[in-house]
Amino acid sequence: MGDARVHVNGSIAQSLSPDSPTLRLGSDSPLRMDSGAALAPLTIAYQTYGALDPAKSNAILICHALTGDQHVANLHPVTGRPGWWETMVGPGRPIDTDRFFVICPNVLGGCMGSSGPASINPETGEPYGLDFPIVTIADMVRAQALLIDHLGIDSLFCIAGGSMGGMQVLQWAASYPDRVFAALPIATSARHSSQNIAFHEVGRQAVMADPDWRGGRYLVEGARPAKGLAVARMAAHITYLSEAALHRRFGRNLQDRSARTFSFDADFQVESYLRHQGQIFVERFDPNSYLYMTRAMDYFDLAADYGGSLASAFKDCRTRFCVVSFTSDWLFPTQDSRAIVRALNAGGASVSFVEIETDRGHDAFLLDVPDFVDTTRGFIDAAARARGIA
Amino acid sequence: MTLARTLAPPRVDLLRVAELVAPGSRVLDVGCGDGELLRLLVEERNVDGRGIELSQQGVNDCVAKGLSVIQGDADADLADYRNDAFDYVILSQTLQATRQPRVVLEHMLRIGRRAIVSAPNFGHWRVRAQLAFLGRMPVTESLSHSWYDTPNIHFCTIADFVALAAEVGATIDKSVALHPRGRPLNPIWPKWAWNLLGEQAIFLLHRGG
Repeated sequence: MGDARVHVNGSIAQSLSPDSPTLRLGSDSPLRMDSGAALAPLTIAYQTYGALDPAKSNAILICHALTGDQHVANLHPVTGRPGWWETMVGPGRPIDTDRFFVICPNVLGGCMGSSGPASINPETGEPYGLDFPIVTIADMVRAQALLIDHLGIDSLFCIAGGSMGGMQVLQWAASYPDRVFAALPIATSARHSSQNIAFHEVGRQAVMADPDWRGGRYLVEGARPAKGLAVARMAAHITYLSEAALHRRFGRNLQDRSARTFSFDADFQVESYLRHQGQIFVERFDPNSYLYMTRAMDYFDLAADYGGSLASAFKDCRTRFCVVSFTSDWLFPTQDSRAIVRALNAGGASVSFVEIETDRGHDAFLLDVPDFVDTTRGFIDAAARARGIA
Repeated sequence: MTLARTLAPPRVDLLRVAELVAPGSRVLDVGCGDGELLRLLVEERNVDGRGIELSQQGVNDCVAKGLSVIQGDADADLADYRNDAFDYVILSQTLQATRQPRVVLEHMLRIGRRAIVSAPNFGHWRVRAQLAFLGRMPVTESLSHSWYDTPNIHFCTIADFVALAAEVGATIDKSVALHPRGRPLNPIWPKWAWNLLGEQAIFLLHRGG
């Protein structure tokens, strides 16, 4: 793990001094959070692509998922790999950086430069750890709204995001309906299901069971709960795929061997793959941040904030929606998207809904799925014509 | 009434349907296909239009046209809409492909202040002739599927539809039967002649008397 240690340090370095522009707000304007906490100072790291037009009408906000970050369409500063949504964002892509001004902030509670548990607590001069206030999806969106204010943008042309990013899209439309012209919530839900909370709890317990977690004080004590986080990632990664996708890719194939070893080595390719996924994840992600992100998703129940009625959350919403789900996504199944669509319809909103046929599971929203790319392109282009920026 | 202004001329039966829709109204097109009718209504009648379509390709085509269309089907998804949500609910050439045409029609009359149904007429003389003289299930220009692969599982005649409308307590405000090329039959002809000579019919209905 010698190499990995260098990268881990690189990840913490990104948390404290990211390779991204940052917005820093001082203690004169603390962020009021759902938990009652007031956070100051507040830092938001973000990437932008393309140019804002003079009327400031062509801005698209991308909201990233649980383990994503702001590096949508550039080489990742820690891993050196391409951006996580280059199938969708870039010159000539559906979210066309030649035509649109694309903004992606690292979420509040994240570990790539925005304020989070690895940030320095001004009261102690040490990393917050678990003293960082619990973050909700609405808190993330409040922080993003401050960034949009800072960029001088009144109304976003579009907000797009999958999974946890889709939750932020829905929250934006509910919290700031006048500031969102078009919304593209993908493979998401208006409330996190019991099964998904259960999976998240398994992940958190894996992190916290690692003796190097040290009650969340590993950064102060110079430890690194990499094994716990890797196990959490392995378990979660299974939920992002589908049985069919796993079978197609790995089957029961053996890894670099012709027979079983009668041991607990990674005999099967799928074991080797998951171990690798776990290892590369800990190079770029902060374990405490993982706890905060999963908690934010667990707490998300948009209807609960509007008297139990999701339709009320979108009442009189003028935003144009395109809701997308994937047939083999069992983490955020189509029925979750349909619930969103029903609520939007009940509120009279303009909504399209597509269920994309694919066997690639929840992660399909990150992959090059032609029907999905076509739908997105059609929706964005039509919305741009309606906005007069085509 | 000038509706024929789009680049590719719209199907004549769609024009006839569009003529029944008051400008500026709220419209739900059930089984909207590639969105040809919805776009016609949005562009020419300035309606607030929504659609439901089963096929992936159809939904993608609609979304690309800027239409608000939900992937779903008439049998399953109409129940989700509230009463009087739309001024018009349109079912264009789709009734015969639903599993429960009566339930679908009842939902349409509940969701919309008006319902517009266009459907092929299984009582047309060509259909009757094929069954009577050839003893084969009819295959015509407009009903081009063989019996074993047709999506059309609930055919009816014009007389059958009129009877169903009465059964569900709907009033037919307007109706027109069309020749194969979409030309309307002479409205003063008796209904039995419509049932024999109309290749399809379009009905404008509302619930109650």
